[in-house]
Amino acid sequence: MTNATRSMRPETAAQLADLFRWATSEHSPLEIRGGGTKAEIGQPGRQGAVVDMRAFADVIDYDPGELVMTIGAGARLADVEKLLRDNGQMLAFDPIDHGPLFGKPAGEATIGGVIAANIAGSRRLSAGCARDHMLGFEGVSGRGELFKAGGRVVKNVTGYDLARLMVGSWGRLVALTTVSLKVLPRPETEASVLIEGLSDADAVSLMNRAMGWPLEVAAAAHLPAGLAASATGTILRIEGFGPSVATRAAEVAGRCGGKTQMIEAGQSAALWQAIRDVAPLPQGDTLWRVTLPGVSGSAIGAALEGSDARHYYDWAGGLVWVSAPGGVDVRSVAEQAGGQAVLVRATETVRASISSFHPERLGVAALRNRVKAGFDPAGILDPYRFGPAGGGNAH
Amino acid sequence: MTLCMPTPDERTISRRAEIVAALRRIVPGEGVIDHEDGRRGYESDGFSAYAQLPLVVVLPETTQQVSEILAYCHAEGIRVVPRGAGTSLSGGALPLADGIVLGLSKMSNVLDIDYANRVAVVQPGVTNLGITRAVEGEGFYYAPDPSSQIACSVGGNIAENSGGVHCLKYGMTTNNVLGLEIVLIDGEVIRLGGKQLDSSDQDLLSLIVGSEGLLGVVTEVTVRLLPTPQMARAVLIGFPTVEGAGLCVGSIIRAGIIPAGLEMMDRTTTHAAEDYLKAGYPLDVEALLIVEVDGIPAECDHLVQLISAIALEKGAVTIRESQSEEERLMFWAGRKAAFPALGRIAADFYCVDGTIPRRELPNVLRGIELLSKKHGLPVANVFHAGDGNLHPMVLYDANKPGELETAETLGADILKLCVEVGGVLTGEHGVGVEKRDLMPEMFSEVDLAHQQRVKCAFDPESLLNPGKVFPQLHRCAELGRMHVHKGQVPFPELPRF
Repeated sequence: MTNATRSMRPETAAQLADLFRWATSEHSPLEIRGGGTKAEIGQPGRQGAVVDMRAFADVIDYDPGELVMTIGAGARLADVEKLLRDNGQMLAFDPIDHGPLFGKPAGEATIGGVIAANIAGSRRLSAGCARDHMLGFEGVSGRGELFKAGGRVVKNVTGYDLARLMVGSWGRLVALTTVSLKVLPRPETEASVLIEGLSDADAVSLMNRAMGWPLEVAAAAHLPAGLAASATGTILRIEGFGPSVATRAAEVAGRCGGKTQMIEAGQSAALWQAIRDVAPLPQGDTLWRVTLPGVSGSAIGAALEGSDARHYYDWAGGLVWVSAPGGVDVRSVAEQAGGQAVLVRATETVRASISSFHPERLGVAALRNRVKAGFDPAGILDPYRFGPAGGGNAH
Repeated sequence: MTLCMPTPDERTISRRAEIVAALRRIVPGEGVIDHEDGRRGYESDGFSAYAQLPLVVVLPETTQQVSEILAYCHAEGIRVVPRGAGTSLSGGALPLADGIVLGLSKMSNVLDIDYANRVAVVQPGVTNLGITRAVEGEGFYYAPDPSSQIACSVGGNIAENSGGVHCLKYGMTTNNVLGLEIVLIDGEVIRLGGKQLDSSDQDLLSLIVGSEGLLGVVTEVTVRLLPTPQMARAVLIGFPTVEGAGLCVGSIIRAGIIPAGLEMMDRTTTHAAEDYLKAGYPLDVEALLIVEVDGIPAECDHLVQLISAIALEKGAVTIRESQSEEERLMFWAGRKAAFPALGRIAADFYCVDGTIPRRELPNVLRGIELLSKKHGLPVANVFHAGDGNLHPMVLYDANKPGELETAETLGADILKLCVEVGGVLTGEHGVGVEKRDLMPEMFSEVDLAHQQRVKCAFDPESLLNPGKVFPQLHRCAELGRMHVHKGQVPFPELPRF
């Protein structure tokens, strides 16, 4: 199905509000979209007309000394990151551009889409997720009303934290027009310590011990042998100022014991970009994202042994990417290990037969629906992505 | 300020004996406090200018009891004011004449310390510092450190999204909580998040954090633990002008340094602290900075050098780098004693809490000086300079007629100024009753209605902590109304449901 023929591109918040009020009166569903890089996540064949948010792309306020950026939600992630990089800063939650995961070009993802889906990369382990860096927003709710919440300063407890509620809402509460984010300095340099030959269980155990050392390990991943990466094994990332990185990397290597290898800055950065972007797994196969308490991570690898599924660990085992061409029931595996599984990439047939999002506990789902009704009483905002229209356990 | 609270329900008040008996059936023994002298201990919190004797106080010991209490209150239409340790500076736990105070102080066990996953599961009555005390032997700590951390409870920290001096680097409460068990007003027990980093319901979890007891009662908390840094070093920097100090802070951050703590004191506070404690502060400066870094020794030494070089370039007249742990603690001793020190130079003080974009600091301090002159009360300033959180202390004497009111008006004017320059009404103390009536300075009616509809999703009869945060109580039915007009079609050819 192509929604391209039914796409609207409002230029102002007032137009957006008009559109929502009209959609309400006509019972016409809408799907809020940025670059469309995550459009293939969730139920296929959705009927909502697409609202293209990319006209809202202005930098409203960015003063590096304040550590805050206020920008149009439709701004391209690549542009946001370039602006930050030019000022020696970054989005510390390290978001993934989902385009290439679906065979689309890189650079089309928008910051609003990243926020709406709560996307974070490998640094999430130490620096927090998108939600941790969300400070405030302006947007139009499903009621067709422009409003704001949160603020443009890093420390604020005025009123309910609606800003963080928006993160992970998939555009089902509010179409964000402007977001304010906490930004952080880009580390001066980095290095990685590589330990080869560990089993999944030993690797996960080591990574979690390492996160408890007072050495500020920024990220920890384990790539089992045979994956497509410049290095496989257990990888610990150390970032910061030069003298500190050199000392910490040496100390981390020493504490790991056995045979370790040091990966210098340039190669380390490239390796971590690949890990973040799920490059080590085959492109095109069914892809699951499993999150669970870190030390339980290796239970996923153990459960998948003998199947055609391939996997690797990020977040010290708290995130497991699983490529499952043969249709292994990864959700059950995740549940048995105390985690959740999201179906990131699959054929329309697969996505039509199972919920892409992890089902929520009944009480939570009911509460979520009541909260949503406050923002979108007519249910015009993307009623289909999480299941058939009006689906009870919608996210 | 005359505080307008929801009109007490005389019918509830007249049923007091019956309500006490019902609560005793749920919480036997001493967990129900109905004598006046017992209730007196709960009549106010850290915002002590206001007091109200509660109808009755109940101190449950289990989630099940909390659930039964709320279910009973919900069925009977009785208002409930949740309370942790009662250290709120904004009146978040101020009782209601017709409401029960639901105190969580007896639920104070550490339930599970999971070092492998670096999380702890605790009951809400555990103190903030109690978590660190429970795990420090293994080299871990709980990062948020509000200045009341010896006394304040984790449950209260969740309600207020508490901060502290280390927020810039380590985040507020919301950034350090992974899981919650909450009880809704109808008694339903809900679990959100857990020990994992990302679970799908953590958006609702972040809505609970900072909701000031209006959405649910927290009965269990899962927090992140961090490894204790190997060491910390601090630099004490004095500037002849506030502008210089402000520029120095901006330059440190632009240089890529995120200090663990970055505090500023003005001349009045510096002098009061020095008189009180002899911390060795320079007295010839207008602004004093304490910049603290933590980590491995090589990192601390490197950053201390960088910070001192920046300070020198920005015109600092005093730069002292801590050479020992004793010296570092001495730098902090004066700052930490700022409250009692100011207490010696004024009969009373009123601590204001706004956040501003840091670049506005010189403007705002000038504005505060003008307001101080206008209202005739002195103001001393301490500032979490790293994150822009300003704490002006209005010095007054409550025994002089009208001075409390003047202090409050001055405080409100300062907060309005914070909002005017792009800041917010509260950085870490919460809205409570204190800043409730200022909410329209920052938010439009439409903004506030979107927040209040969240309240309706959790507590449609507004029984949980009513009269806090929002200047007006709206009926949920009225908030939910939506006017839809069949109007112009702005975009043709849309599909229908």
